[in-house]
Amino acid sequence: MALYSEKVMDHFRNPRNVGVIEDADGIGEVGNAKCGDIMKIYLKIDNDTVTDVKFETFGCGSAIASSSMATELIKGKPVAEVMQLTNKAVAEALDGLPDYKMHCSVLAEEAIKNALEDYYSKHPEKRKDSENE
Amino acid sequence: MTIYADNAATTKMSKTAVDAMLPYLTECYGNPSSLYTAGQKAKEALEKAREEIAALIGAQPREILFTSGGSEADNQAIRSAAENGKRKGKTHIVSTAFEHHAVLHTLKKLEREGFEVTLLDVHENGIVTAEEVGAAIRDDTCLVTVMTANNEIGTIQPIREIGAVCRARGVPFHTDAVQAVGHLPIDVGADNIDLLSASAHKFHGPKGVGFLYAKRGFPLSTLIEGGAQERGKRAGTENVAGVAAMAAALKESVSHMEENAERMRALRDKLIAGLSEIPHSALNGDARCRLPGNVNFCFEGIEGESLLLLLDDRGICASSGSACTSGSLDPSHVLLAIGRVHDVAHGSLRLSIGEDTTDEEIDYMIQNVKEVVEKLRSFSPVWRDLVAGKAKFIL
Repeated sequence: MALYSEKVMDHFRNPRNVGVIEDADGIGEVGNAKCGDIMKIYLKIDNDTVTDVKFETFGCGSAIASSSMATELIKGKPVAEVMQLTNKAVAEALDGLPDYKMHCSVLAEEAIKNALEDYYSKHPEKRKDSENE
Repeated sequence: MTIYADNAATTKMSKTAVDAMLPYLTECYGNPSSLYTAGQKAKEALEKAREEIAALIGAQPREILFTSGGSEADNQAIRSAAENGKRKGKTHIVSTAFEHHAVLHTLKKLEREGFEVTLLDVHENGIVTAEEVGAAIRDDTCLVTVMTANNEIGTIQPIREIGAVCRARGVPFHTDAVQAVGHLPIDVGADNIDLLSASAHKFHGPKGVGFLYAKRGFPLSTLIEGGAQERGKRAGTENVAGVAAMAAALKESVSHMEENAERMRALRDKLIAGLSEIPHSALNGDARCRLPGNVNFCFEGIEGESLLLLLDDRGICASSGSACTSGSLDPSHVLLAIGRVHDVAHGSLRLSIGEDTTDEEIDYMIQNVKEVVEKLRSFSPVWRDLVAGKAKFIL
């Protein structure tokens, strides 16, 4: 059996939404180079919806695939829904990850939540809105 | 196209080795301990292999003990020396920080049993000196164990000089020669070696078989209890086919060693020169004093596992010392030992070429490693920060 599922390999070989958003509304960065994984997520948010998302990742195959899949899962989605994204959903969408690689999906979830935090810190009024929903 | 560039991990069995093996799997399958003809034929094959292997490293046949491979040989050599030492009240061992885990983990275990271990620094070039070994030897030192050549970065240690220092001080010297046997000239007498470990699959023999050379008179302890095989030092029915193939493989490797090494060194240096063109990359380990087939680089801003996967897509079989490939959070202890920081050690690549590697394959590897490194850097936030001047380049 191969190390990774076909889905993981597809997202690793052809990562979606790669790049930078210069005027991003929220940027999240997690991990560190010492541990061998860094993910950076850029969000464009309009009308409480993630209208665009880009990522950059330094890391192994599953880290790159997890970031790619996570961006696909949240693109075009309402912020409130994006807030609910779990690492499990990312891993499942990739047809699973090896146990010792699950932390890559956790990093993807954290990077996105981090980016949303960044967005809320710039727009505190929006946090209230989402809490009221 | 498949390019096998992981010969330090294992090698393809040579036809000679396969041919030498087959009769002992099919017709001549007797147990060497049985006294009927079929058994005695197997016994003869075993002893013939022992003589051949001994002659190829300058040893006597009775000094060769067949094992399941290099790790077992390392374990037995070190444990034996430790037990001999303990009986004399000597419980100090000298080694280096970048030994194979078969050595390091055995030493760790001995530390828990009360031994004291000094792991010498191997410097940026990946070479320990005989003077440093000499300075570390104490009155209670019962063993010095230093590998002949490193498995990750290929650097060759001055084992003859280290052996001489040990001999002068009356301390047994073990060398893990798994990467060297069949690739570098070895003469246990001239090299002042008391104990040496080797593994057949590193020189085109089969997996699961190796040998331990132990100088005559050196008392060996047993790891495996049972029958009286291997003069009572290693129980278990002998791997006759494997041993026969190991002898054939070693004989062949040694007979072509000079010419192969010369050709491989030229290809190795071409590969090193080509990969050095990649910006912010660095060769790991001394450029000259290294195995003919070993190339090991760090590339800043990328991670090794993704590098390997993309190279695999292009038909290149390679390996890396990144944490993701080592199965732990830390990158290779070898790269850390030569002073590479975690950040760059994660982006390492080992290409170990073999006797069959061609000039075209070297060109293909240079081209494809360049492209893959560039691709991974194109979406690496680490690389972006380095290029933007937000972080400092290390390499």
